[in-house]
Amino acid sequence: MTAAAPAGRRPKHVTWGRVGVYAFLICSAAFFLLPLWIMLLTSVKTMDEIRLGNILALPTDPTFQPWIAAWSQACTGLACDGIQVGFWNSVRILIPSVILSILVGALNGYALCFWRVRGADLLFAILLIGAFIPYQVFLYPLVRLFSVLGIYNSLAGIVVVHIIFGMPIMTLLFRNFYSSLPRELFNAARIDGGGFFTIFTRVMLPMSTPMLIVATILQVTGIWNDFILGLTFAGRENLPMTVQLNNIVNSAQGERAYNVDMAATMLTALVPLVVYFVSGRWFVRGIAAGAVKG
Amino acid sequence: MAIAIPLPARRRRPITRRLPAMLALLPAAFAVIVVYLGCMLWTVRLSFTSSRMLPTMDFVGFDQYARLFSNARFLISVQNLVVFGALFLIGCLVLGFLLAAFIDQRVRAEGTLRTIYLYPHAMSFIVTGLVWQWFLNPTLGLQKLVQDAGWQTFTFDWLVNREMVVYTLVIAGIWQSAGLIMAILLAGLRGVDEDLWKAARVDGIPTWRVYYSIVLPILRPMLITATVLLAIAVVKVYDLVVAMTNGGPGIASEMPAKFVMDHLFERSNVGLATACATFMLVTVIAVLAPWLYTQYGPSRRRTA
Repeated sequence: MTAAAPAGRRPKHVTWGRVGVYAFLICSAAFFLLPLWIMLLTSVKTMDEIRLGNILALPTDPTFQPWIAAWSQACTGLACDGIQVGFWNSVRILIPSVILSILVGALNGYALCFWRVRGADLLFAILLIGAFIPYQVFLYPLVRLFSVLGIYNSLAGIVVVHIIFGMPIMTLLFRNFYSSLPRELFNAARIDGGGFFTIFTRVMLPMSTPMLIVATILQVTGIWNDFILGLTFAGRENLPMTVQLNNIVNSAQGERAYNVDMAATMLTALVPLVVYFVSGRWFVRGIAAGAVKG
Repeated sequence: MAIAIPLPARRRRPITRRLPAMLALLPAAFAVIVVYLGCMLWTVRLSFTSSRMLPTMDFVGFDQYARLFSNARFLISVQNLVVFGALFLIGCLVLGFLLAAFIDQRVRAEGTLRTIYLYPHAMSFIVTGLVWQWFLNPTLGLQKLVQDAGWQTFTFDWLVNREMVVYTLVIAGIWQSAGLIMAILLAGLRGVDEDLWKAARVDGIPTWRVYYSIVLPILRPMLITATVLLAIAVVKVYDLVVAMTNGGPGIASEMPAKFVMDHLFERSNVGLATACATFMLVTVIAVLAPWLYTQYGPSRRRTA
Protein backbone atom coordinates (compact mmCIF):
# COMPACT_ATOMS: atom_id res chain seq x y z
CA MET A 1 0.00 0.00 0.00
CA THR A 2 2.93 2.32 0.53
CA ALA A 3 4.41 1.92 -2.94
CA ALA A 4 4.25 5.28 -4.69
CA ALA A 5 3.31 4.80 -8.31
CA PRO A 6 0.37 2.82 -9.63
CA ALA A 7 1.65 0.23 -12.04
CA GLY A 8 -1.33 -0.01 -14.37
CA ARG A 9 -1.41 1.16 -17.94
CA ARG A 10 -1.32 4.89 -18.42
CA PRO A 11 -4.49 6.06 -20.20
CA LYS A 12 -4.11 8.65 -22.94
CA HIS A 13 -7.66 9.92 -23.43
CA VAL A 14 -11.23 9.28 -22.36
CA THR A 15 -12.42 5.90 -23.58
CA TRP A 16 -15.39 3.70 -22.77
CA GLY A 17 -13.01 1.63 -20.70
CA ARG A 18 -12.16 4.61 -18.51
CA VAL A 19 -15.84 5.45 -18.07
CA GLY A 20 -16.44 1.86 -17.00
CA VAL A 21 -13.59 1.96 -14.50
CA TYR A 22 -14.95 5.10 -12.87
CA ALA A 23 -18.53 3.84 -12.97
CA PHE A 24 -17.51 0.69 -11.12
CA LEU A 25 -15.40 2.54 -8.57
CA ILE A 26 -18.11 5.12 -7.87
CA CYS A 27 -20.86 2.50 -7.55
CA SER A 28 -18.65 0.59 -5.13
CA ALA A 29 -17.96 3.74 -3.14
CA ALA A 30 -21.73 4.29 -2.91
CA PHE A 31 -22.20 0.71 -1.66
CA PHE A 32 -19.59 1.24 1.06
CA LEU A 33 -20.81 4.69 2.06
CA LEU A 34 -24.54 4.00 2.02
CA PRO A 35 -24.83 2.35 5.46
CA LEU A 36 -22.83 5.14 7.12
CA TRP A 37 -25.00 7.75 5.39
CA ILE A 38 -28.21 5.97 6.44
CA MET A 39 -26.95 5.69 9.99
CA LEU A 40 -26.23 9.41 10.06
CA LEU A 41 -29.55 10.40 8.44
CA THR A 42 -31.63 8.22 10.72
CA SER A 43 -29.91 9.54 13.82
CA VAL A 44 -31.03 13.12 13.16
CA LYS A 45 -34.66 12.38 12.27
CA THR A 46 -37.70 12.24 14.52
CA MET A 47 -39.52 8.90 14.86
CA ASP A 48 -42.55 10.31 13.00
CA GLU A 49 -40.39 11.18 10.07
CA ILE A 50 -38.78 7.72 10.11
CA ARG A 51 -42.19 6.05 10.01
CA LEU A 52 -43.62 8.26 7.26
CA GLY A 53 -40.64 8.94 5.02
CA ASN A 54 -38.19 6.49 3.56
CA ILE A 55 -34.76 5.56 4.82
CA LEU A 56 -32.88 7.82 2.37
CA ALA A 57 -35.12 10.90 2.66
CA LEU A 58 -33.32 13.95 4.01
CA PRO A 59 -34.58 15.11 7.39
CA THR A 60 -36.96 18.05 7.04
CA ASP A 61 -36.37 19.07 10.60
CA PRO A 62 -32.94 17.81 11.76
CA THR A 63 -32.73 17.19 15.49
CA PHE A 64 -29.90 16.24 17.78
CA GLN A 65 -32.29 14.94 20.40
CA PRO A 66 -31.61 11.25 19.49
CA TRP A 67 -27.89 11.78 20.07
CA ILE A 68 -28.52 13.30 23.47
CA ALA A 69 -30.97 10.52 24.30
CA ALA A 70 -28.52 7.86 23.13
CA TRP A 71 -25.70 9.33 25.18
CA SER A 72 -27.53 9.90 28.45
CA GLN A 73 -31.00 8.30 28.45
CA ALA A 74 -31.04 5.08 26.42
CA CYS A 75 -32.05 2.04 28.46
CA THR A 76 -30.40 -1.31 29.00
CA GLY A 77 -32.76 -3.36 31.05
CA LEU A 78 -33.93 -1.17 33.92
CA ALA A 79 -31.03 1.26 33.92
CA CYS A 80 -31.56 4.28 31.68
CA ASP A 81 -28.26 6.13 31.89
CA GLY A 82 -27.47 6.06 28.18
CA ILE A 83 -24.54 4.61 26.34
CA GLN A 84 -22.14 6.92 28.16
CA VAL A 85 -21.84 4.18 30.80
CA GLY A 86 -20.48 1.79 28.19
CA PHE A 87 -18.30 4.51 26.71
CA TRP A 88 -16.52 5.16 29.99
CA ASN A 89 -16.27 1.42 30.70
CA SER A 90 -14.62 0.96 27.32
CA VAL A 91 -12.20 3.81 28.07
CA ARG A 92 -11.31 2.25 31.43
CA ILE A 93 -10.72 -1.12 29.75
CA LEU A 94 -8.92 0.40 26.77
CA ILE A 95 -6.20 2.44 28.46
CA PRO A 96 -4.54 -0.20 30.66
CA SER A 97 -5.12 -2.95 28.06
CA VAL A 98 -3.47 -1.00 25.23
CA ILE A 99 -0.49 0.18 27.30
CA LEU A 100 0.20 -3.17 28.95
CA SER A 101 -0.34 -5.33 25.86
CA ILE A 102 2.04 -3.15 23.83
CA LEU A 103 4.62 -3.19 26.60
CA VAL A 104 4.44 -6.96 26.93
CA GLY A 105 4.60 -7.36 23.14
CA ALA A 106 7.63 -5.08 22.85
CA LEU A 107 9.42 -6.85 25.70
CA ASN A 108 8.67 -10.25 24.16
CA GLY A 109 9.82 -9.13 20.74
CA TYR A 110 13.02 -7.72 22.18
CA ALA A 111 13.79 -10.80 24.28
CA LEU A 112 13.04 -13.14 21.38
CA CYS A 113 15.11 -11.17 18.94
CA PHE A 114 18.26 -10.39 20.90
CA TRP A 115 18.41 -12.87 23.79
CA ARG A 116 18.49 -16.50 22.84
CA VAL A 117 16.46 -18.16 25.54
CA ARG A 118 16.05 -21.92 25.40
CA GLY A 119 12.65 -22.89 24.07
CA ALA A 120 11.73 -19.30 23.17
CA ASP A 121 11.29 -20.07 19.48
CA LEU A 122 8.89 -22.90 20.23
CA LEU A 123 7.02 -20.58 22.58
CA PHE A 124 6.73 -18.02 19.82
CA ALA A 125 5.56 -20.57 17.26
CA ILE A 126 2.76 -21.78 19.53
CA LEU A 127 1.81 -18.18 20.29
CA LEU A 128 1.43 -17.44 16.58
CA ILE A 129 -0.68 -20.50 15.90
CA GLY A 130 -2.76 -19.60 18.96
CA ALA A 131 -3.72 -16.34 17.26
CA PHE A 132 -5.78 -18.30 14.73
CA ILE A 133 -7.73 -20.39 17.21
CA PRO A 134 -11.29 -19.17 17.95
CA TYR A 135 -11.80 -17.75 21.45
CA GLN A 136 -14.52 -20.30 22.10
CA VAL A 137 -11.84 -22.96 22.44
CA PHE A 138 -10.30 -21.21 25.46
CA LEU A 139 -13.24 -19.44 27.06
CA TYR A 140 -14.69 -21.91 29.51
CA PRO A 141 -11.46 -23.09 31.18
CA LEU A 142 -10.30 -19.48 31.26
CA VAL A 143 -13.49 -18.44 33.04
CA ARG A 144 -12.94 -21.20 35.63
CA LEU A 145 -9.30 -20.23 36.04
CA PHE A 146 -10.17 -16.56 36.50
CA SER A 147 -12.85 -17.45 39.07
CA VAL A 148 -10.24 -19.32 41.08
CA LEU A 149 -7.85 -16.38 40.80
CA GLY A 150 -10.64 -14.00 41.81
CA ILE A 151 -10.43 -11.79 38.73
CA TYR A 152 -13.45 -13.11 36.82
CA ASN A 153 -15.99 -10.36 36.10
CA SER A 154 -13.58 -7.57 36.95
CA LEU A 155 -11.63 -4.83 35.21
CA ALA A 156 -8.36 -6.63 36.00
CA GLY A 157 -9.79 -9.79 34.41
CA ILE A 158 -10.72 -8.21 31.11
CA VAL A 159 -7.38 -6.35 30.94
CA VAL A 160 -5.45 -9.59 31.47
CA VAL A 161 -7.56 -11.28 28.78
CA HIS A 162 -6.80 -8.50 26.31
CA ILE A 163 -3.08 -8.78 27.12
CA ILE A 164 -3.15 -12.55 26.55
CA PHE A 165 -5.07 -12.46 23.28
CA GLY A 166 -3.18 -9.40 22.01
CA MET A 167 0.15 -11.06 22.72
CA PRO A 168 0.65 -13.01 19.44
CA ILE A 169 0.23 -10.04 17.12
CA MET A 170 2.04 -7.58 19.38
CA THR A 171 4.99 -9.93 19.83
CA LEU A 172 5.16 -10.63 16.10
CA LEU A 173 5.06 -6.93 15.29
CA PHE A 174 7.94 -6.01 17.59
CA ARG A 175 10.00 -9.10 16.92
CA ASN A 176 9.96 -8.43 13.20
CA PHE A 177 10.68 -4.75 13.78
CA TYR A 178 13.64 -5.42 16.08
CA SER A 179 15.09 -8.02 13.75
CA SER A 180 15.15 -5.36 11.01
CA LEU A 181 17.40 -3.16 13.17
CA PRO A 182 21.16 -3.49 12.70
CA ARG A 183 22.47 -6.02 15.18
CA GLU A 184 25.59 -3.93 15.83
CA LEU A 185 23.36 -1.54 17.73
CA PHE A 186 22.57 -4.21 20.30
CA ASN A 187 26.15 -5.48 20.42
CA ALA A 188 27.47 -1.96 21.03
CA ALA A 189 25.03 -1.48 23.90
CA ARG A 190 26.17 -4.82 25.34
CA ILE A 191 29.82 -3.83 25.14
CA ASP A 192 28.97 -0.59 26.94
CA GLY A 193 27.74 -2.77 29.77
CA GLY A 194 23.99 -2.39 29.24
CA GLY A 195 21.84 -5.04 30.91
CA PHE A 196 18.62 -6.55 29.61
CA PHE A 197 16.24 -3.87 30.83
CA THR A 198 18.64 -0.94 30.35
CA ILE A 199 19.05 -1.72 26.68
CA PHE A 200 15.30 -2.16 26.32
CA THR A 201 14.32 1.15 27.92
CA ARG A 202 17.27 3.28 26.75
CA VAL A 203 17.95 1.92 23.26
CA MET A 204 15.12 -0.20 21.92
CA LEU A 205 11.97 1.58 23.09
CA PRO A 206 13.10 5.05 21.94
CA MET A 207 13.79 3.58 18.50
CA SER A 208 10.42 1.86 18.30
CA THR A 209 8.24 4.93 17.75
CA PRO A 210 6.85 3.80 14.37
CA MET A 211 5.96 0.36 15.72
CA LEU A 212 4.50 1.89 18.87
CA ILE A 213 2.19 3.99 16.70
CA VAL A 214 1.16 1.03 14.56
CA ALA A 215 0.63 -1.14 17.64
CA THR A 216 -1.44 1.56 19.35
CA ILE A 217 -3.71 1.94 16.32
CA LEU A 218 -4.13 -1.82 16.05
CA GLN A 219 -4.88 -2.32 19.73
CA VAL A 220 -7.13 0.73 20.19
CA THR A 221 -9.40 -0.30 17.31
CA GLY A 222 -9.18 -3.99 18.17
CA ILE A 223 -9.97 -3.64 21.86
CA TRP A 224 -12.62 -0.97 21.34
CA ASN A 225 -14.38 -3.21 18.81
CA ASP A 226 -14.14 -6.32 20.97
CA PHE A 227 -17.47 -7.84 21.94
CA ILE A 228 -17.08 -11.46 22.97
CA LEU A 229 -14.26 -10.98 25.50
CA GLY A 230 -15.94 -7.99 27.14
CA LEU A 231 -19.21 -9.89 27.29
CA THR A 232 -17.57 -12.89 28.93
CA PHE A 233 -14.94 -11.44 31.26
CA ALA A 234 -15.72 -7.80 32.09
CA GLY A 235 -18.65 -8.40 34.39
CA ARG A 236 -21.91 -6.46 34.69
CA GLU A 237 -20.21 -3.37 36.10
CA ASN A 238 -17.65 -3.03 33.31
CA LEU A 239 -19.51 -4.04 30.14
CA PRO A 240 -17.82 -2.31 27.20
CA MET A 241 -19.65 -0.02 24.80
CA THR A 242 -20.17 -2.66 22.08
CA VAL A 243 -21.95 -4.98 24.52
CA GLN A 244 -24.10 -2.19 25.89
CA LEU A 245 -24.93 -1.01 22.37
CA ASN A 246 -26.14 -4.48 21.44
CA ASN A 247 -28.22 -4.61 24.64
CA ILE A 248 -29.77 -1.20 23.97
CA VAL A 249 -30.73 -2.04 20.39
CA ASN A 250 -31.56 -5.73 20.53
CA SER A 251 -33.16 -6.22 23.92
CA ALA A 252 -35.23 -3.04 23.95
CA GLN A 253 -38.79 -3.45 25.17
CA GLY A 254 -41.74 -1.76 23.51
CA GLU A 255 -41.41 0.21 20.32
CA ARG A 256 -37.89 0.63 19.08
CA ALA A 257 -36.49 4.13 18.74
CA TYR A 258 -34.51 3.67 15.53
CA ASN A 259 -33.13 7.21 15.63
CA VAL A 260 -31.71 6.70 19.14
CA ASP A 261 -30.40 3.26 18.13
CA MET A 262 -28.55 4.71 15.17
CA ALA A 263 -27.17 7.61 17.23
CA ALA A 264 -25.87 5.09 19.78
CA THR A 265 -24.37 3.02 16.95
CA MET A 266 -22.66 6.11 15.53
CA LEU A 267 -21.29 6.98 18.96
CA THR A 268 -19.83 3.48 19.32
CA ALA A 269 -18.29 3.59 15.85
CA LEU A 270 -16.85 7.05 16.43
CA VAL A 271 -13.65 6.15 18.29
CA PRO A 272 -12.30 3.62 15.74
CA LEU A 273 -13.49 5.81 12.86
CA VAL A 274 -11.61 8.83 14.21
CA VAL A 275 -8.53 6.67 14.72
CA TYR A 276 -8.92 5.40 11.15
CA PHE A 277 -9.40 8.75 9.45
CA VAL A 278 -6.68 10.49 11.46
CA SER A 279 -4.10 7.75 11.16
CA GLY A 280 -4.60 7.15 7.43
CA ARG A 281 -1.65 5.23 6.07
CA TRP A 282 -0.58 4.14 9.54
CA PHE A 283 -3.77 2.13 9.85
CA VAL A 284 -3.06 0.38 6.57
CA ARG A 285 0.47 -0.24 7.75
CA GLY A 286 -0.91 -1.82 10.90
CA ILE A 287 -3.12 -4.13 8.88
CA ALA A 288 -0.21 -4.96 6.62
CA ALA A 289 2.08 -5.71 9.55
CA GLY A 290 -0.57 -7.76 11.27
CA ALA A 291 -2.10 -9.59 8.39
CA VAL A 292 -0.09 -9.53 5.22
CA LYS A 293 3.49 -10.28 6.12
CA GLY A 294 4.33 -12.84 3.48
CA MET B 1 0.78 -13.30 7.73
CA ALA B 2 2.53 -14.54 10.75
CA ILE B 3 5.78 -14.89 8.93
CA ALA B 4 8.66 -14.76 11.34
CA ILE B 5 11.85 -13.32 9.91
CA PRO B 6 14.57 -15.92 10.59
CA LEU B 7 17.23 -14.78 13.04
CA PRO B 8 20.94 -15.46 12.65
CA ALA B 9 22.33 -18.28 14.78
CA ARG B 10 24.02 -16.98 17.91
CA ARG B 11 26.28 -18.23 20.61
CA ARG B 12 24.40 -18.91 23.85
CA ARG B 13 25.05 -16.49 26.71
CA PRO B 14 25.74 -17.64 30.28
CA ILE B 15 22.67 -18.24 32.44
CA THR B 16 23.14 -15.21 34.71
CA ARG B 17 23.09 -12.90 31.72
CA ARG B 18 20.01 -14.57 30.27
CA LEU B 19 18.03 -14.60 33.49
CA PRO B 20 16.36 -11.18 32.99
CA ALA B 21 15.32 -12.23 29.48
CA MET B 22 13.78 -15.40 30.89
CA LEU B 23 11.90 -13.36 33.46
CA ALA B 24 10.65 -11.02 30.76
CA LEU B 25 9.30 -13.99 28.81
CA LEU B 26 7.39 -15.35 31.80
CA PRO B 27 4.08 -13.70 30.81
CA ALA B 28 4.43 -15.20 27.34
CA ALA B 29 5.25 -18.59 28.84
CA PHE B 30 2.18 -18.31 31.08
CA ALA B 31 -0.03 -17.38 28.12
CA VAL B 32 1.25 -20.23 25.98
CA ILE B 33 1.39 -23.00 28.55
CA VAL B 34 -1.64 -22.15 30.68
CA VAL B 35 -3.96 -20.46 28.20
CA TYR B 36 -3.14 -21.45 24.65
CA LEU B 37 -2.20 -25.04 25.43
CA GLY B 38 -3.74 -25.68 28.85
CA CYS B 39 -7.18 -24.21 28.24
CA MET B 40 -7.35 -25.75 24.78
CA LEU B 41 -6.60 -29.25 26.11
CA TRP B 42 -9.01 -28.69 28.98
CA THR B 43 -11.76 -27.80 26.52
CA VAL B 44 -11.04 -30.91 24.47
CA ARG B 45 -11.02 -33.02 27.64
CA LEU B 46 -14.35 -31.53 28.78
CA SER B 47 -15.92 -32.49 25.48
CA PHE B 48 -15.49 -36.15 26.52
CA THR B 49 -17.33 -35.67 29.81
CA SER B 50 -21.00 -35.49 30.72
CA SER B 51 -20.58 -31.95 32.13
CA ARG B 52 -23.78 -29.95 32.34
CA MET B 53 -23.69 -26.75 34.37
CA LEU B 54 -20.52 -27.62 36.27
CA PRO B 55 -17.60 -29.52 34.81
CA THR B 56 -17.22 -33.15 35.79
CA MET B 57 -14.23 -35.32 35.09
CA ASP B 58 -15.90 -38.56 34.03
CA PHE B 59 -15.34 -40.07 30.62
CA VAL B 60 -18.25 -40.73 28.29
CA GLY B 61 -16.36 -41.23 25.05
CA PHE B 62 -17.92 -39.62 22.01
CA ASP B 63 -21.40 -39.29 23.53
CA GLN B 64 -21.36 -35.49 23.32
CA TYR B 65 -20.29 -35.62 19.69
CA ALA B 66 -23.07 -38.05 18.88
CA ARG B 67 -25.50 -35.68 20.62
CA LEU B 68 -23.95 -32.73 18.77
CA PHE B 69 -24.36 -34.26 15.34
CA SER B 70 -27.99 -35.08 16.00
CA ASN B 71 -28.73 -31.60 17.32
CA ALA B 72 -30.86 -29.62 14.83
CA ARG B 73 -29.50 -26.30 16.01
CA PHE B 74 -25.93 -27.46 15.47
CA LEU B 75 -26.62 -28.97 12.06
CA ILE B 76 -28.24 -25.73 10.92
CA SER B 77 -25.21 -23.84 12.32
CA VAL B 78 -22.82 -25.95 10.28
CA GLN B 79 -24.95 -25.62 7.16
CA ASN B 80 -25.02 -21.83 7.66
CA LEU B 81 -21.28 -21.80 8.24
CA VAL B 82 -20.68 -23.57 4.93
CA VAL B 83 -23.07 -21.36 2.92
CA PHE B 84 -21.92 -18.16 4.62
CA GLY B 85 -18.28 -19.18 4.39
CA ALA B 86 -18.33 -20.04 0.69
CA LEU B 87 -20.23 -16.95 -0.41
CA PHE B 88 -18.39 -14.60 1.94
CA LEU B 89 -15.02 -15.91 0.77
CA ILE B 90 -15.85 -15.71 -2.93
CA GLY B 91 -17.58 -12.35 -2.54
CA CYS B 92 -14.70 -10.75 -0.65
CA LEU B 93 -12.06 -12.12 -2.99
CA VAL B 94 -13.90 -11.13 -6.18
CA LEU B 95 -14.95 -7.67 -4.99
CA GLY B 96 -11.61 -7.06 -3.30
CA PHE B 97 -9.72 -8.05 -6.44
CA LEU B 98 -11.92 -5.95 -8.73
CA LEU B 99 -11.56 -2.92 -6.49
CA ALA B 100 -7.80 -3.35 -6.33
CA ALA B 101 -7.46 -3.91 -10.09
CA PHE B 102 -9.67 -0.92 -10.97
CA ILE B 103 -7.99 1.37 -8.43
CA ASP B 104 -4.67 0.36 -9.97
CA GLN B 105 -5.66 2.03 -13.29
CA ARG B 106 -4.18 5.41 -12.34
CA VAL B 107 -7.52 6.82 -11.29
CA ARG B 108 -8.15 10.19 -9.72
CA ALA B 109 -8.86 10.52 -6.00
CA GLU B 110 -7.27 7.15 -5.38
CA GLY B 111 -6.55 7.92 -1.73
CA THR B 112 -10.15 8.94 -1.07
CA LEU B 113 -11.54 5.83 -2.74
CA ARG B 114 -9.21 3.56 -0.78
CA THR B 115 -10.23 5.28 2.44
CA ILE B 116 -13.90 4.73 1.59
CA TYR B 117 -13.46 1.04 0.75
CA LEU B 118 -11.50 0.24 3.88
CA TYR B 119 -13.35 2.22 6.56
CA PRO B 120 -15.91 -0.51 7.40
CA HIS B 121 -13.00 -2.69 8.45
CA ALA B 122 -12.20 -0.20 11.23
CA MET B 123 -15.63 -0.66 12.80
CA SER B 124 -16.97 -3.31 15.12
CA PHE B 125 -18.98 -6.22 13.72
CA ILE B 126 -21.66 -5.13 16.19
CA VAL B 127 -21.90 -1.75 14.45
CA THR B 128 -21.92 -3.43 11.02
CA GLY B 129 -24.62 -5.85 12.13
CA LEU B 130 -26.86 -3.15 13.57
CA VAL B 131 -26.52 -0.84 10.56
CA TRP B 132 -27.40 -3.58 8.09
CA GLN B 133 -30.21 -4.78 10.32
CA TRP B 134 -31.69 -1.29 10.06
CA PHE B 135 -31.01 -0.86 6.34
CA LEU B 136 -32.62 -4.22 5.51
CA ASN B 137 -35.51 -3.68 7.94
CA PRO B 138 -38.46 -5.15 6.00
CA THR B 139 -40.98 -2.47 6.94
CA LEU B 140 -38.97 0.75 7.10
CA GLY B 141 -35.74 -0.01 5.22
CA LEU B 142 -34.73 -0.88 1.68
CA GLN B 143 -38.09 -2.45 0.82
CA LYS B 144 -39.99 0.73 1.65
CA LEU B 145 -37.42 2.82 -0.17
CA VAL B 146 -37.97 0.95 -3.44
CA GLN B 147 -41.75 0.85 -2.95
CA ASP B 148 -41.85 4.60 -2.35
CA ALA B 149 -39.84 5.07 -5.52
CA GLY B 150 -42.77 3.57 -7.45
CA TRP B 151 -42.17 -0.20 -7.56
CA GLN B 152 -45.17 -1.08 -5.39
CA THR B 153 -44.84 -4.86 -5.48
CA PHE B 154 -41.15 -4.93 -4.55
CA THR B 155 -40.43 -7.17 -1.57
CA PHE B 156 -37.17 -7.61 0.25
CA ASP B 157 -37.73 -9.46 3.50
CA TRP B 158 -34.55 -11.55 3.66
CA LEU B 159 -33.87 -10.47 7.22
CA VAL B 160 -37.04 -12.18 8.49
CA ASN B 161 -37.09 -14.96 5.91
CA ARG B 162 -35.75 -18.30 7.15
CA GLU B 163 -34.51 -19.31 3.73
CA MET B 164 -32.73 -16.07 2.94
CA VAL B 165 -31.48 -14.67 6.24
CA VAL B 166 -28.01 -16.18 5.91
CA TYR B 167 -27.49 -14.17 2.72
CA THR B 168 -28.01 -10.91 4.61
CA LEU B 169 -25.10 -11.94 6.81
CA VAL B 170 -23.06 -12.53 3.67
CA ILE B 171 -23.83 -9.01 2.38
CA ALA B 172 -22.89 -7.37 5.68
CA GLY B 173 -19.77 -9.51 5.99
CA ILE B 174 -18.57 -8.64 2.50
CA TRP B 175 -19.27 -4.96 3.17
CA GLN B 176 -17.05 -5.13 6.24
CA SER B 177 -14.16 -7.17 4.83
CA ALA B 178 -13.85 -6.55 1.07
CA GLY B 179 -11.77 -3.43 1.72
CA LEU B 180 -9.21 -5.46 3.62
CA ILE B 181 -8.78 -7.80 0.66
CA MET B 182 -8.52 -4.80 -1.63
CA ALA B 183 -5.70 -3.41 0.54
CA ILE B 184 -3.84 -6.72 0.52
CA LEU B 185 -4.20 -7.29 -3.23
CA LEU B 186 -3.46 -3.68 -4.14
CA ALA B 187 -0.15 -3.96 -2.31
CA GLY B 188 0.51 -7.02 -4.47
CA LEU B 189 -0.51 -5.29 -7.71
CA ARG B 190 1.83 -2.41 -6.92
CA GLY B 191 4.61 -4.96 -6.88
CA VAL B 192 3.92 -5.99 -10.49
CA ASP B 193 6.64 -4.68 -12.78
CA GLU B 194 5.55 -1.82 -15.05
CA ASP B 195 7.64 -3.30 -17.87
CA LEU B 196 5.43 -6.35 -17.80
CA TRP B 197 2.45 -4.22 -18.81
CA LYS B 198 4.49 -2.53 -21.53
CA ALA B 199 5.65 -5.87 -22.90
CA ALA B 200 2.10 -7.23 -22.90
CA ARG B 201 0.87 -4.15 -24.75
CA VAL B 202 3.61 -4.40 -27.37
CA ASP B 203 2.66 -8.03 -27.92
CA GLY B 204 -1.00 -7.04 -28.21
CA ILE B 205 -2.18 -9.30 -25.42
CA PRO B 206 -5.67 -8.39 -24.16
CA THR B 207 -5.78 -6.93 -20.65
CA TRP B 208 -8.01 -9.65 -19.18
CA ARG B 209 -5.54 -12.23 -20.46
CA VAL B 210 -2.63 -10.48 -18.75
CA TYR B 211 -4.56 -10.43 -15.50
CA TYR B 212 -5.56 -14.06 -15.80
CA SER B 213 -2.26 -15.57 -16.94
CA ILE B 214 0.35 -13.29 -15.42
CA VAL B 215 -0.96 -11.03 -12.66
CA LEU B 216 -3.05 -13.59 -10.79
CA PRO B 217 -0.15 -16.07 -10.53
CA ILE B 218 2.04 -13.21 -9.22
CA LEU B 219 -0.64 -12.42 -6.64
CA ARG B 220 -0.84 -16.05 -5.56
CA PRO B 221 0.82 -15.59 -2.15
CA MET B 222 -1.42 -12.61 -1.34
CA LEU B 223 -4.50 -14.50 -2.50
CA ILE B 224 -3.58 -17.44 -0.29
CA THR B 225 -2.98 -15.16 2.69
CA ALA B 226 -6.29 -13.40 2.09
CA THR B 227 -8.11 -16.72 1.78
CA VAL B 228 -6.68 -18.06 5.04
CA LEU B 229 -7.51 -14.80 6.84
CA LEU B 230 -11.09 -14.87 5.58
CA ALA B 231 -11.55 -18.57 6.29
CA ILE B 232 -10.44 -18.09 9.90
CA ALA B 233 -12.80 -15.10 10.19
CA VAL B 234 -15.64 -17.31 8.93
CA VAL B 235 -15.15 -19.93 11.63
CA LYS B 236 -14.98 -17.17 14.26
CA VAL B 237 -18.08 -15.30 13.09
CA TYR B 238 -20.11 -14.46 16.17
CA ASP B 239 -20.58 -10.72 16.83
CA LEU B 240 -22.10 -10.11 13.41
CA VAL B 241 -24.78 -12.75 13.91
CA VAL B 242 -25.55 -11.66 17.46
CA ALA B 243 -26.01 -8.04 16.41
CA MET B 244 -27.80 -8.57 13.12
CA THR B 245 -30.15 -11.51 13.61
CA ASN B 246 -29.33 -13.06 16.98
CA GLY B 247 -29.58 -16.41 15.24
CA GLY B 248 -33.13 -15.78 14.07
CA PRO B 249 -35.73 -15.93 12.78
CA GLY B 250 -36.07 -18.99 14.98
CA ILE B 251 -32.74 -20.75 14.63
CA ALA B 252 -32.36 -20.03 10.91
CA SER B 253 -29.12 -18.06 11.18
CA GLU B 254 -27.32 -19.82 14.03
CA MET B 255 -23.56 -20.28 13.77
CA PRO B 256 -21.22 -22.71 15.59
CA ALA B 257 -19.45 -19.92 17.52
CA LYS B 258 -22.81 -18.76 18.83
CA PHE B 259 -23.84 -22.33 19.59
CA VAL B 260 -20.82 -22.63 21.89
CA MET B 261 -21.52 -19.35 23.67
CA ASP B 262 -25.21 -20.12 24.14
CA HIS B 263 -24.58 -23.58 25.53
CA LEU B 264 -21.78 -22.40 27.82
CA PHE B 265 -23.44 -19.44 29.42
CA GLU B 266 -27.18 -19.69 28.89
CA ARG B 267 -28.11 -23.31 28.41
CA SER B 268 -25.61 -24.66 30.95
CA ASN B 269 -24.47 -27.54 28.81
CA VAL B 270 -20.70 -27.44 29.06
CA GLY B 271 -20.15 -30.90 27.56
CA LEU B 272 -22.06 -30.12 24.38
CA ALA B 273 -20.55 -26.62 24.14
CA THR B 274 -16.98 -27.87 24.43
CA ALA B 275 -17.70 -30.59 21.86
CA CYS B 276 -18.77 -27.85 19.44
CA ALA B 277 -15.70 -25.76 20.40
CA THR B 278 -13.52 -28.76 19.61
CA PHE B 279 -15.30 -29.07 16.28
CA MET B 280 -14.37 -25.42 15.58
CA LEU B 281 -10.78 -26.12 16.60
CA VAL B 282 -10.55 -29.04 14.19
CA THR B 283 -12.04 -26.91 11.40
CA VAL B 284 -9.44 -24.18 11.96
CA ILE B 285 -6.63 -26.74 12.02
CA ALA B 286 -7.95 -28.19 8.76
CA VAL B 287 -7.67 -24.72 7.21
CA LEU B 288 -4.32 -23.88 8.78
CA ALA B 289 -2.43 -27.12 8.36
CA PRO B 290 -2.12 -27.13 4.56
CA TRP B 291 -1.23 -23.45 4.60
CA LEU B 292 1.42 -23.87 7.30
CA TYR B 293 2.74 -26.86 5.39
CA THR B 294 3.19 -24.93 2.16
CA GLN B 295 4.74 -22.01 4.06
CA TYR B 296 7.08 -23.89 6.37
CA GLY B 297 6.90 -27.47 5.13
CA PRO B 298 10.01 -29.54 4.54
CA SER B 299 9.92 -29.75 0.75
CA ARG B 300 9.49 -26.11 -0.18
CA ARG B 301 11.25 -22.91 0.72
CA ARG B 302 9.16 -19.98 1.89
CA THR B 303 8.05 -18.11 -1.22
CA ALA B 304 7.07 -14.71 0.15
